[in-house]
Amino acid sequence: MDFASFREKIGYQPLLLGSFALLASGALAWASNATGEAIAAAEAKDLRDSLSEVLPAGLADNDFLKDTVDLDRDGKTVTIYRARRAGQVSAALFKVAERGYAGDIQVLMAVDMDGRTLGVRVLKHSETPGLGDKVDVRKDPWIRGFDGRSLGDPGPDQWAVRKDGGVFDQFAGATITPRAVVKAVRGGLEFFAAHRAEIGS
Amino acid sequence: MSDNYGSIIKDGLWDQNVVFSQLLAMCPTMAVTTSGTNGLGMGLATTAVLVVSNILVASIRHAVSSQVRIPVFVVLIATLVTVVDMAMNAWLHDLYKVLGLFIALIVVNCAILGRAEAFAVKNGIVASAVDGLAMGLGFTGALTAIGLIREFLGTGTLFAQASNLLGPSFAFLEMKLPGYGGALLMILPPGGFAILGFLLAGKRAMERRLAERGAAAAQAAAA
Repeated sequence: MDFASFREKIGYQPLLLGSFALLASGALAWASNATGEAIAAAEAKDLRDSLSEVLPAGLADNDFLKDTVDLDRDGKTVTIYRARRAGQVSAALFKVAERGYAGDIQVLMAVDMDGRTLGVRVLKHSETPGLGDKVDVRKDPWIRGFDGRSLGDPGPDQWAVRKDGGVFDQFAGATITPRAVVKAVRGGLEFFAAHRAEIGS
Repeated sequence: MSDNYGSIIKDGLWDQNVVFSQLLAMCPTMAVTTSGTNGLGMGLATTAVLVVSNILVASIRHAVSSQVRIPVFVVLIATLVTVVDMAMNAWLHDLYKVLGLFIALIVVNCAILGRAEAFAVKNGIVASAVDGLAMGLGFTGALTAIGLIREFLGTGTLFAQASNLLGPSFAFLEMKLPGYGGALLMILPPGGFAILGFLLAGKRAMERRLAERGAAAAQAAAA
């Protein structure tokens, strides 16, 4: 029996499919194994880079990627990275998220032990290009307006965009996006205030 | 089938262009062509996958029976894309951060399976590689063209952030029209459909004019 007719037999089909599934799984396992370490290292470097961006230089002399504490926030785990200077916690870095105009906006913020923000950056968003994406520091310096703010500055009524009677600018044509970011940062500060003792230990 | 590389290349770049003639791969086309740089990046990544998948499909074409060829090709392409995705994430991480989203999208690009079905399964390895390259470059050209037009009308820039994708030596590509706020509509999906429509109509009109001119010339020659 030649191969061409054997190829059309019913028994050949599962054999073929099975061997391709096996080959594919083997290739994937090998690739995952070969790249896993490098990917983890690259992602750790990314995290370190973005954490370093919100944390002013000189505030940390420890490896804050390793000095973490996991806290519970409304049923979700938030990982707090702690920057220390001479053994004392100098700042806490963590991610907060808030629903924007299109999906969640992920915000990374650094707060010092007096509850003042040191820096805020949007990590990930899918807001409208040209309108809402001004929350990205590469497009607009707006996000730096949070630097040095705390829950008392401005007061509770003014932690909002101007349209809602607050002190933070909104963008022409986009209010929902900055409103979400303001809410996220304010929520982050409140979360920090509620857990200050646990973070500082 | 054809071992005529000239016609394979011409098919890929123009006559059978993935976007403008076959109207395949509309999802990535609409999704990523918000700027010329994005279009170029998606196009190049797709080209690389298309060449390799065509080579693989052509080299196993005698072992695969026609009854189960589709699942075999789907598994093959999905595996290939996943391996490329992981390898880029590990060793070309900066490029991956720019292209990462596009790589995963390639799995659902029906142009890849389309070429496996329409070409690679019937042709030799070299011809299939050439076909993958030509189709990929045609796709890249179409995506870059749509992206550039949308970007220019929408934000007044050309190739913004190209140096992120191609390296700092390509920063000269980046251009900005001063004092132009941009028409947001062009960046949003309706703009993509509108531009695609105009380009399709333009290509048809051009082809018809060329055909008429060819016919007229043939007539003149006969007379």
